[in-house]
Amino acid sequence: MTVPHKVETDTAAAEVATALRHGPLEHRAAEFERRSASGARGVRLREEPFLTQLDLRTSPGSSSAASVADALGLPLPAANRVSGDEHDAVLWLGPDESLIVAPDGRAESLLRTVRTAQQGGSGSVVDVSANRTTLRLSGPMAREVLEKLCSLDLHPRAFGPGDCAQTLLGRVVVVLWQLDHEPGYRIMVRCSFAEYLADLLLDAMAEFLDG
Amino acid sequence: MLLVRCPWCGDRDEAEFRYGGQADVDYPADPHQLDDAAWGEYLFVRANPAGSFDERWVHTAGCRRWFSLVRDTATNEMRPDIPRRREGR
Repeated sequence: MTVPHKVETDTAAAEVATALRHGPLEHRAAEFERRSASGARGVRLREEPFLTQLDLRTSPGSSSAASVADALGLPLPAANRVSGDEHDAVLWLGPDESLIVAPDGRAESLLRTVRTAQQGGSGSVVDVSANRTTLRLSGPMAREVLEKLCSLDLHPRAFGPGDCAQTLLGRVVVVLWQLDHEPGYRIMVRCSFAEYLADLLLDAMAEFLDG
Repeated sequence: MLLVRCPWCGDRDEAEFRYGGQADVDYPADPHQLDDAAWGEYLFVRANPAGSFDERWVHTAGCRRWFSLVRDTATNEMRPDIPRRREGR
């Protein structure tokens, strides 16, 4: 088998896999739409499935960390912070651990970029895109909804755009990431807990449904 | 509910943590030299003070890092640990 042939086979297999895959909350998209509310006391929920997520381990302050940041074009974030925007971001997960988040389909190229930058140094990068799905909660009442489920102080003086936290919503561990002032949040949750979390959020949103 | 201060993530609810027992229980330098009583002592016997106690915690629902703190077992008042030799542990 020649190399070009193999690449074609891989590409075809990837296309089939993409066509067959399902977001864990895909079957509830219409329900999310129906139970979202707009207006001054509105809050909306939708799933953003298949985001590219790479778990990056690197020793802070090392030359390897610096070259990874250079290659990504983003500084590695300070504790509990996100660098970048919702399209290209690095989230702080721990003192030597970050989560690279990008749109669907970027995993291969980002893995290559980071691995090239890590060559000769320490650290690792692993594709964990299939680990979590993402819920987008936005609207003027989004913070009120989260506050029913979360013990963190989410008031703007304590938690704002560009902040992230790994914490509990209800009984599940999530990565909570505030995107903007509206406020809008991304909630990254293990796929198998996504239904439970969606139920909790929809229940917490119910009081805002009629304005 | 206790508020536990993770050295990385800040103040979080106790529910996000797991307790790891007494800090600084070192593995014996030469376990083969221990008799059963001394091995049992290492494995099972822990201090139980009414007062300041060095203990390990892990932030399981957050950054998943282990850290130490000093807790007063009578009042549950917690103080961040004085860094001694815990780097990398």
